[in-house]
This record gives sequence, structure tokens and C-alpha cells, in this order.
Amino acid sequence: MRIVTVRRISQGFFLLLLLWFCLVSTIGVDWWQIRGWPVNWFLELDPLVALGTVVSTHTLYRGLLWSLVTVGLTILLGRFFCSWVCPFGTIHHLVGFLGNRGRPPALRVASNRYRRGQRIKYYLLTFLLTAAAGSLIVGLVRMPTERPVLFVAGAAALLIGGAALALSRGADVPRRYLVLIPVLLGVWTGLGFVFPAERTLLTSLQTGLLDPIPLVQRSLNLALLSFFGTATSPPRYYEGAWLIGAVFLAAVFTNLWVPRFYCRFICPLGALMGLLGRFALWRIGRRSDECKGCQICEAACEGACEPTAEIRISECVLCMNCVDSCRHELMGYRTVPSAAGERTSPDIGRRGLLLSFASGVAAIPLVRLGGILGTNWNPALIRPPGSLAEPDFLKRCIKCGQCMRICPTNIIHPAGMEGGLEGLWTPVLNFRIGKSGCQLRCIACGYLCPTGAIRSVSLEEKLGRKEFAELGPIRVGTAFVDQGRCLPWAMDRPCIVCQENCPVSPKAIFTREYYSTVRDGILVVERADPLTLVVVGGDLEPGRLATGDYYCTLAGGSAEPPRRIVDNTRNSVTVAPGSPWVSKPGSGSSIAIQIRLQRPYVDPALCTGCGICEHECPVSGKRAIRVSAENESRNRRHSLLPKGV
Amino acid sequence: MNRRDFLRRAAKAGISIAAAGSLGLWLHDRVGPERGEKEGDLVRVPDFSLPELGGRMAVVTGTNRRETVGRAVEALGGIDIFIKKGDRVLLKVNAAFASPPMLSATTNPELVAEVAGLCFKAGAASVVVSDNPINDPVSCFTLSGIADAARSAGAKVMLPAAGAFRTTTVPGTTLLRDWPILWEPLQGITKLIGLAPVKNHHRSGASMAMKNWYGLLGGRRNIFHQDINSIIKDLALMVRPTLVILDGTTTMMTNGPTGGSLADLKNTNTMIVSTDQVAADACGATLLGMTAADLPFIMRAAAAGIGTAHFESLRPVRLSIG
Repeated sequence: MRIVTVRRISQGFFLLLLLWFCLVSTIGVDWWQIRGWPVNWFLELDPLVALGTVVSTHTLYRGLLWSLVTVGLTILLGRFFCSWVCPFGTIHHLVGFLGNRGRPPALRVASNRYRRGQRIKYYLLTFLLTAAAGSLIVGLVRMPTERPVLFVAGAAALLIGGAALALSRGADVPRRYLVLIPVLLGVWTGLGFVFPAERTLLTSLQTGLLDPIPLVQRSLNLALLSFFGTATSPPRYYEGAWLIGAVFLAAVFTNLWVPRFYCRFICPLGALMGLLGRFALWRIGRRSDECKGCQICEAACEGACEPTAEIRISECVLCMNCVDSCRHELMGYRTVPSAAGERTSPDIGRRGLLLSFASGVAAIPLVRLGGILGTNWNPALIRPPGSLAEPDFLKRCIKCGQCMRICPTNIIHPAGMEGGLEGLWTPVLNFRIGKSGCQLRCIACGYLCPTGAIRSVSLEEKLGRKEFAELGPIRVGTAFVDQGRCLPWAMDRPCIVCQENCPVSPKAIFTREYYSTVRDGILVVERADPLTLVVVGGDLEPGRLATGDYYCTLAGGSAEPPRRIVDNTRNSVTVAPGSPWVSKPGSGSSIAIQIRLQRPYVDPALCTGCGICEHECPVSGKRAIRVSAENESRNRRHSLLPKGV
Repeated sequence: MNRRDFLRRAAKAGISIAAAGSLGLWLHDRVGPERGEKEGDLVRVPDFSLPELGGRMAVVTGTNRRETVGRAVEALGGIDIFIKKGDRVLLKVNAAFASPPMLSATTNPELVAEVAGLCFKAGAASVVVSDNPINDPVSCFTLSGIADAARSAGAKVMLPAAGAFRTTTVPGTTLLRDWPILWEPLQGITKLIGLAPVKNHHRSGASMAMKNWYGLLGGRRNIFHQDINSIIKDLALMVRPTLVILDGTTTMMTNGPTGGSLADLKNTNTMIVSTDQVAADACGATLLGMTAADLPFIMRAAAAGIGTAHFESLRPVRLSIG
């Protein structure tokens, strides 16, 4: 079998596998629904997810250990992942191939030539990792003060080594660089004492924006599967999914211009693998100098790595097209370097690198200037239950959309600007869309989260039972009654759907009874018997007061409690037979027709912010009870109550 | 340009104009859009009651639902007088909340299995179990244990799909006009049995057999809470069941209708089976420490002629098991 056929089978297999994983990431009892499928496997294989979270959190979470497999294989083999596994790469490969079909070879060669722009991905990688490395850099800057022994030992070693190099004759290092060592150490020491690094340098993991695996998973989860209709009914909605779909389509359509546009110019994972693969044992290369220069291989080259010339190892995606297409069998995947020479390091400049590093350092402090993580926090940013406090959440979330896909009620949505620029596409709860609020006994989102941005909490912890009883249930926010919109508060109409649906016991929503005199509800009694009052004039709609919610009381400070009305005619009102009037209202006295209202109140000590009340509120436009993130468990500074209870 | 070219071009232009013109005329709408959204054809819930049997009622006390419901149905004359061979039965359960059976916020799964089994024993061709829950339907049917119980008894579970609703208008009601109801499970059904737990309900006082029909409504049905007693009465007008089974084995005394804690429950060990849904509710009210007169929806349903609030007048068969 031809090697490219094997590659195509592998690509097809992994693409279908990812599709399958996305499809089964729904809760239910049908055979195609989640059954312990390793639906995070692609994200876990992704070394950029692993590296990004390691840089930002200094730990390697759960299944991300899988990434070591990819790292190991990439170090040995080069960027095999791009052409053999990566589902996003497969899509680009296919579309680029279709786009180039029928073009004359010269044009195809031209479209697959190396472009200087291919260095951009390394800059993007640098930028994204630097943005995630805030706390790491803080640690380095702080070393002189916080780990002085280590720092002094290291500095001494550097100084001695530099001196030794300077004195030795054979050293080919320019002397001026060696002079820099003590200068830099001095600056470092000074910074360590003076620079408030921990307040200035901030950490945010943004690799998920461009990392192809989270990108393709997010696009499938939120845009494509919803767009083409899933097996779920009713259909699922995702706010702002158009942007996710548009980015996906743009990435796919650019292949018609330059094949594998995304892989070549943008993909930070490709860049990382290009760096990892520089010591690969096997590499693509030319056997001898007998090349006829036919450029057939260049016409099919996926990586634009110039296989006939000095091959760019960091750009080569191991598509094997050159090996397959060379009619003289000159191209091979071997341990011997290419006869035409090879470049193992990417074509990146110091300036570009410095620029992207500096932008990465500056980016997060810049986007947080608005104070969105401080006093200007956005109460509309309601995170799924178990989410970490915002700064820690942003160190982990890769915007993969797994939580949004699995949520059985479809309330987890990709954030727009609710969490600021850096919160784009992170999960936020929206109780208007979807089938209900956050289900009391559901912990699916944290269970699935591949990076622990949403902690995998147990049901006991979510509900605040057993060993978590003291902490109480996990709260994502608190419901607030909008008294200007609530039917019993604002419009004299009974309702309390919110109270009815409140799932906690005892209910966080409770009511206070209030008898409200209806409009034009003061009537003058003509005559009365123990149950029926006939009123003067009377313009009542017969039977309208018989709903069981209307009451009659004596106007003007009677001690008698209101009586429930069971029927009325145009000019008479009959009260329930069980409660006749004790002292009959006299002729000419006034009575009031009242409606019994139960007005809802929220007990913030019990409300978990599940949003079921908001979802069910019959005021379906802008709801009359709405959850905001006040009192969320994950951030004590957002507490509403003393002691954080 | 010679004459031939000119004529050719003129002909093409003429055809284009004619095509555009005729398309415009063909699509021309002189009147403009009608007011409001278009409703589909109205459907009506058939009458599933068996008037020849009259009002019958059995109240069996005991802790085992399978036994109590079996004995109660037997006392009414046996399942065979309600379900005939070839009947297609709908069991309307209360699966409103994603809550485990232990918390009694939903119809007990054992009861569902037992009643489905009884129907099959009487020769039912099919048994469908359905509801339009408040929480996520899949979670509700799964967590409540109803889905498993129904399937193990051979019944089919129907979740409310997007296309499962049709519009109805119930004559004699003010609220149920042009309103979507869960129609798919009702299609082709010949007998309907309601299975409801007895629960406290802050708005209406109690949620029992009649309130259970709320789960057949679609749309933003919560607006009806503004007039809860009328809607429950209207629902009882809409649905004339073959039988209602009101499960008061465990009664939710507080925090209803969601409950959520064992402290909300009380063992009342009573199974009420009746052909008269109003009488069943009137009897169920006593388990909550109330009378029919305390619950306006019962009095109004009785006044509307749906059934009797004086359930003792049906001379209920009273049995006790162990």
C-alpha cells in the first residue's frame, strides 16, 4: 500500500473519531450518547493544551498526561500529528487539495512555495505562551528576593562560566555578550527588589483561541453540529456561535487561496511541533544531488517546506507526498540528512520574537485595565458550577466548548464580551436559552472539563451534603426579583411560578401573602345576608371574581379577615360557605374586593443561582426574576452575606 | 451591429423582460400578510372516559404500591372492564422534575411498571408513558426512574419532541384557546390513565390528579398560574380519562411541588383509584390535611360538572393491606 494511502486512512479515521466524540457528548440513554467514550482524547493529546496549562498553572491536569505521547512521538518523528492525526489539518488538507485540483503544476508549485509569513505562527505561539506565563515570569523576577540562595548560586555559576569563557582562547562567543551577563544579573537583582511583578504581570491562557484542536472541537460542538442539526430535539442554540462558525469557515476557505493556510501561517500547535521536531531522528530529505528539478514534489507539498531545496524541517508536516510523487525515488524519510541540506530551526527573527514576547507580557495587563477582575466585575458572567475563581479559571479554560456541548439543558454558552476580551468563548450561563436552569443533580460540565477550569465536583459537593454540609451547596449566583416586572409585585396578578420551581429544599424563594384591593374595587353594600352581599349599582363581570383568588373584606378597619369569593353576579358577591360574615356589613357600608397575592422573595442564604426560576418566569421577555453572579461560591469577594454563608 | 444581431439582442431582452414580468405577476400579493401567526389545524383530546361505568372509587391503604394499586383496580371491577384487548393506552405520569423517586416529586416508577403490566395483562396492544416535564425531559424521565420502569414493563416512553405539539381549543373554557398541547403521545390512543402523586403546591394548594394534566400543555404555559384554579378546571374539562390513580403512599406535605428533602414527605399509605378525577382529588386533599372546600379548583371542577367533590357519595371501596 502506498504511504499516502495509509496517511489518508489515518486522517479519515481520526477525523471521524473526533466527529463521533463530539456527537456522543450528550447526556442520555440512547446508544449514541455518552457512555464513557474518551471524548476529550484529542484535547488531551494536544501538547499545546498541556504546555499552556503547565505554563499557567505549573501542573499537568488529569488526562493531559496523554500529551506526552504526542510530544515523544513528535520529538522522534517530527510533525507527524499535522498530517496523520490532526482533524483540523485533515479538513485543510482536503479542501486545499480540492482547491488546487485542475490547476497547472506551475501554479500549484507557486501556491506551495515557502512564504516568509509562515514565521507568523511562531510569533503567535510566543505571544500566547507568554500571555500564559505571567506567573512564571513573576517567579523569575522575584527570584533574587524569594529564593536568594538559588539566585546567588545561579548568578555565581553564570559569572564564573562567563569569566572562564572570556579567558579561554578558543571561545567563539563575542566578548561583548559576556559583558552583558553581570549587567543583566544586576538589572535582574534590581528588578527583583523594586518591580511589583505580581501586581503587574498577569496570567491568562489564550492558546485555545487558535490551538487547532480546541478550535475544531469548539466549532463542531457549537456551530457545525447545531447548524447541520443534531440528533437532539429540540435543537440546541449557542449565543454568538456565528462568530465561531465564521472563524471556522474562514480558516477552511483560505485553503482555496493557499493550501493549509491555517497550518502554515497561524497554527500555534504546528509551530510548537516544528520546534519539538528539530531533533527528529527521521526526516524527509533528498537522497542525492541527481534531482532533475521537475518540482513534482513541490506541487504536492503540504507544509510548503521546500523539499527539493534546503528542506525546512520545522515546516514539514510529513504528508509524504514528496516521497510518493518523486518519479526518481529521490525523496525519502530517513535518518540521513537531505543531500540538499536542511534547516532545522524555524525562520524567525530576533525582533519578531522580542515583539511577540513583549506583546504577550503586555496583553493581559492591558485587557484587565478595565478592572473586570476587580471591582468592575461583570455580574452577568455566571460560570458553570464548580468553576474556579476568575483569575484561576482564565489560567485553564481553553474554550473547547465541551461543557457547552454536554450541558443537558443547553444553558452553557460561549461568552462574548461578558468576561472581557480574554473571556471570549469561555463558558457563561444563559437561562433564557435552553430547556431549564442548571439541574440540581447534574455535574456533567465539571466532569468533562479537560483542564479543570470547571472542577470535577461530586454530587455531594454540589449539593453541599455530607462532608460538604458546612460549606453549603455550590452557588453560581443569586436570583433577584424585579419588583417592577413581577406579576404579583407590579400588576396585582397571582403567579409564583418561580417559587414553585425552586428546586432546593427548603425553597430559596418564599412568599408573603398580600391582599391587594383591585382597581375600582371599593363597593357600597346595599344589603347583606351571611354569605352574599348585594352592592349598590354594580358593574361586575359575572363569575369573574370566582377564580378562587379574589377576596372580600370590609373597608375601613374591620377585624374580620378577608373572605374568599366563590361567585359573583353583576351586583352581588358570594363568599365561601365555610366562612360567613360574623357581623354583616351594614347597608351603605363599604367593602373592598381584593386579590390574594403571594409575593416572591429570595433567601440569599439558600439560593444557588441555578436559574430555573429565571427560565420558567412567565414574563418571557426580560424576566421578572433574574440570576446574577452575586454571592457565587467561587469568589469570596462576590459574597453577599457576611461569613460568605 | 448589423440588423440580425440587433434583432437577436432585442429578442433576448424581450424574453428577459417577459420572464421578470411574469414572475412578478405570478408572485404578486395584492392583500399583504394576514394579522397574527398562523395556527395549524385544531386538534381535540378525545373523551377516554367510560360513562357506562359511572363514578367508581377505591381507596386502599398499604405501603406496597404494586399491591395497593392492584387491589384497588380489582375492587373497581378488575382491569378488564377498563382496558380491552387491543387498546392503546397512554399513561400520563407526572415526571415534571429531575428528581429521584425517593423524593416523591414524580410518579413512582414501581407504580408505572405495575399499571403498565396490568394494561398488558388485559390485552393492551401498546402502552405509552409520557409527560412534558418542567426540567430537562431526558433528565426527568431518567432520574425519576420512570423511563427504566416503563421500558422494563414493555411500555414505550415518549419524550416531548419539538414537533410533538398541536394546537387545541377546549369548548367551555376561557383559558385553553389556541393553545399547544402534547399531541404526539395522544395520537391513536384509545384509553388514558392518569398517574399522579399527592403533593403540596403553594399556588393552588395541592397538585394531584387534575393538576397532572398541566403536563400535557406546551408553550409558555406558566402564564396560566395567574389563574391557577381556572386552568386546573379547564384541564379537567379537556381531559376525560378512563381512570385516575392518585398515589398517596407518600405525600409531599411541604415545599411542593418540587420537594427535595425527605423531611417534606409523610407516609400516608393510601392509594386512590377512581373514574372520577374530581372525587379522587377531593379524597387526596384529606391526605394533605385539607378538604375539597379548601381547594377552589376542586369546587369549580365539581360546579362545572366534571365530577363530584363529595367523594363519599361514590361509596368508595375501602380496603387495607397489612
